[in-house]
Amino acid sequence: MELALNQPAPLLKRLSWFDWLFSAIVAAGGFYTLSRFGEYMDIYEKGILLTAIPAISVFGWFWKPFRVLFIVVGAISLFSISQYQGSLARMEEAFFLKYLISSQAAIMWMCALFGLATLSYWAGLLSRSEFTLKTASALTWSAVAMGFIGLMVRWYESYLIGTDVGHIPVSNLYEVFVLFSLITAMMYLYYEARSQTRQMGAFVLLIISAAVGFILWYTFDRGAHEIQPLVPALKSWWMKIHVPANFIGYGGFSIAAMLGVAYLLAQRGILATRLPKLEVIDDVMYKSIAVGFAFFTIATILGAMWAAEAWGGYWSWDPKETWALIVWLNYAAWLHIRLVKGLRGPMLAWWAVVGLFVTTFAFIGVNMFLSGLHSYGTL
Amino acid sequence: MNTPPHSFGKSVFELMSSMRFAISLLSILAVASIIGTVLKQAEPYNNYLIQLGPFWFEVYEKLGLYDVYQAFWFLLILAFLIVSVSVCITRNAPNFAREIKSFREHVTEQSLNAFKHKHEAATAHPPEALAASAQRYLEGQGYKVKNLPREGGVLLAAKAGSWNRLGYFLAHSSIVMILIGGLMDGNLIFKVQQILGYKKIETRDIPQSQVPAISRLTPSNPSFRGSVQIPEGSSADVAFLNVADGYLVQELPFTVGLKQFRIEHYTTGQPKSFESDLELFDHSGKKIREATIAVNHPLIHDGVAIYQASFADGGTRLTLRGWNLFSPSSEYFDVAGSVHQNTELTSAAGKYTIEFTDFRPFNIENMGGEVQPAGDTMSVLGGSPVSDKKHLRNVGPSFQYKLRDARGQALEFSNYMLPLELDGRWYLMSGVRESPNDAFRYMRMPLDAGGDIDSFMRLRGVLLNAALRPEIAARFARQALPENAWNTEIEAKLKFSATQVLALFAEGGFQSLGKFIEDKVPAAEGEKAAGTYLRILELTAFEALQIANRQNGLPPPKIDDATGWLVRDTLNSMSDMFVYGAPVYLQLAQYDEVKASGLQLTRSPGKNVVYFGSLLLTLGVFFMLYVRERRVWLRIKPGHALLAMSSAKHTIDFEKEFLRHTQALDTLAK
Repeated sequence: MELALNQPAPLLKRLSWFDWLFSAIVAAGGFYTLSRFGEYMDIYEKGILLTAIPAISVFGWFWKPFRVLFIVVGAISLFSISQYQGSLARMEEAFFLKYLISSQAAIMWMCALFGLATLSYWAGLLSRSEFTLKTASALTWSAVAMGFIGLMVRWYESYLIGTDVGHIPVSNLYEVFVLFSLITAMMYLYYEARSQTRQMGAFVLLIISAAVGFILWYTFDRGAHEIQPLVPALKSWWMKIHVPANFIGYGGFSIAAMLGVAYLLAQRGILATRLPKLEVIDDVMYKSIAVGFAFFTIATILGAMWAAEAWGGYWSWDPKETWALIVWLNYAAWLHIRLVKGLRGPMLAWWAVVGLFVTTFAFIGVNMFLSGLHSYGTL
Repeated sequence: MNTPPHSFGKSVFELMSSMRFAISLLSILAVASIIGTVLKQAEPYNNYLIQLGPFWFEVYEKLGLYDVYQAFWFLLILAFLIVSVSVCITRNAPNFAREIKSFREHVTEQSLNAFKHKHEAATAHPPEALAASAQRYLEGQGYKVKNLPREGGVLLAAKAGSWNRLGYFLAHSSIVMILIGGLMDGNLIFKVQQILGYKKIETRDIPQSQVPAISRLTPSNPSFRGSVQIPEGSSADVAFLNVADGYLVQELPFTVGLKQFRIEHYTTGQPKSFESDLELFDHSGKKIREATIAVNHPLIHDGVAIYQASFADGGTRLTLRGWNLFSPSSEYFDVAGSVHQNTELTSAAGKYTIEFTDFRPFNIENMGGEVQPAGDTMSVLGGSPVSDKKHLRNVGPSFQYKLRDARGQALEFSNYMLPLELDGRWYLMSGVRESPNDAFRYMRMPLDAGGDIDSFMRLRGVLLNAALRPEIAARFARQALPENAWNTEIEAKLKFSATQVLALFAEGGFQSLGKFIEDKVPAAEGEKAAGTYLRILELTAFEALQIANRQNGLPPPKIDDATGWLVRDTLNSMSDMFVYGAPVYLQLAQYDEVKASGLQLTRSPGKNVVYFGSLLLTLGVFFMLYVRERRVWLRIKPGHALLAMSSAKHTIDFEKEFLRHTQALDTLAK
């Protein structure tokens, strides 16, 4: 009788040998970095590195596929870096670098793979082909891997340009758009596995494709892929945590908006038999907004703390800050309506869709139309 | 009005604590915030006046839209929000505290039967045995369980995720905390003092020491955010707070001295770091500490944080050469000045004031014209993110000044110290504009073989000298005509034409010539005449150059391309002179740079309150979103068990969990 009802074992006992191997690799990498580059890092950067070790470990235990992604990205990035032999000129000579895994090549592969994934998700959705949908997931995973390799290698390349130029690639609009695509895709893949349905990918990948389109236009028309040195205001360890936290927020809100579209279509009978049940779409929409909101809260607080150190005040009513507040209020209201009033259905789906416009304005519009302190990401 | 008084108070309380009221306030807050992002805040009032016109300017001013976030009504919304959320908390907190503790053990079998999520199972186990195993199971699932004897059996009351309610409490109190912290750092105290008449904004542009006490804030002011600019080698014991269309003087608890300000650049020319070496003294003059601050690395002393905010010129001393552009002489006179100071200038055209506004030791200019998109497709696909910044170049120092005439009209000038290469030749550039919104128009003065503008200035002097015109015309006529035409009427005519062209040009450049042709020559022959006059002008100018060289004891000019360009560029430049707007060109000969560092000084006692509030907010949000509150009851009677489950949020996860518990019960009951 008791056997059938095994209590959940304590966390540590549930871990497999692969979990431990993963953590060992993460820790080894972290401590190696600390011993090799520690003298160039300040106390905060060391803190971030040391905190990253358990954080990545636990995240890998919590979401198993992340372990594989981490190891693959790490291995290929290291291989790519070894190909440089300390010289940027190798980018044009070495075969792997030129066509596959120099930062720019990898990011272009990411763009291509996201495009293919979008097509596959739609093909799978329309033809009800589970195989095609599985392919789409695999393509999305590969795109994520390529994108992360691109960012890792870009980080290294920036140091090859000059030791004073080197910085984490989250500093301008081009880099954060890559980051946005990756984080959104990863969050989606997580929910895809949790809700055991792949059809929603067709909608989520649309917004990623839009971001990819922007990246391509920005690269070919504006040459935005060039690595620029940091302006003094951005030279801070805060950037390493403020920016990624923000993009978890933006990613969550984007997924929710696309699922809002799916919800509204399915509710009107369009694609209704092909999409998952309305409750499932609604549930994932809620979860994306919840995680997005939580991280957007953290990101805004981190931003305020950074502002207190860089601009002389934790809140200056700068247009970017103000619009971040508006976004925050918007989703706070959304969550209140749902959690306190218990409201569901098309109204919240519409609201999630409209929320994306508010978020997009806060993300890009402010930089384009309003001037302020936050003018790093101008078009 | 026979409504009992307590009912009014109660309905206010009801309104304030309702979520609808809070959400309305938040919406108003969001809309009000948008105003501040669309209308640029805290600009000089004149800008608004120009932008909006006198009527709307006043309306906007009354509404406080130039500083929305400190406007009376905006602060009022915040205050209402604080009250509303506080009331909401006080109203719900006791309930919530009870909920957290309570196992809701008073449920009846009847009410359990009415639950949407319930499950029944038949069992052969005695109630106590089943209760024991079910309790073990629930505790294993993270529930707190209470075992209560009930008529003919047992009731298990279990709960999990009580922290969800705690999350509510944390998140909402944190909002109150953050708002209070923010108000502590706002300028409420000053506002009150202003209304009561204790303090007044200073709007006059007077030295800081003359600002009366009514516009000064003492060092004990608990919160402020001001700025001050300190030149190298100087110090400051006050900061300035910008308020509305004026300012306040904030006295500091110490004196800040600037030893040195440094800018470092990347190899591409972009700025890399701004640093100030500071010294702090107490008011008796004793040095307290020394520190270097940089962007992102402020210094905190005595509760006052000192930030590197900006930089400017701190009064660079300039040694200048003044050239009288419309004088026939080619001598310059010496002018000395300092940035941020004025120099009087008396010229033939009247009295002028030079207001030196800025000096820049370097100017990074894009010399490559349009930025090229990054090459062909292949070079981007396999491409390099290494930027190609060859077109950016430092073109050296420049200084800016305003030249104000006796009537008070001013033009703004920007002059480069070093020559610039344009179209393969070198020029000294001087830019001029009427208003800060315009782009600079540049007058370019050609350099001679020696790299100076002396030849240009000499030739200009001769061309403007009416006394020399007959000689120039004579030389030109002799050069232009064959010997047999000398001393004929043709020569006299040519001399007359040459004199006329020179006189017209000296009066107003090419425009005067053009106007003359327009007025005097039939339209059909206009173009031909223009060509002839231009040719005459160039040739006479060449003769003028001969005279200029002779007067200064120099060898005659070589007849080559360089001389040709010098003559042509001189004519162009002279023509521009007439629209240059100033009778004098100031050439920068030497400078002694003094930099100034712009510091921001803040004292914000509310900061820690806000940070603590933020921590609570983060915890609260996570508890609210990620801790699910669930309750389970199991009523066991001999032979029969009834399971019921409830949660505030009926999510898919809840359904799954309920299913799991029903299966567990079936297994246990077997």
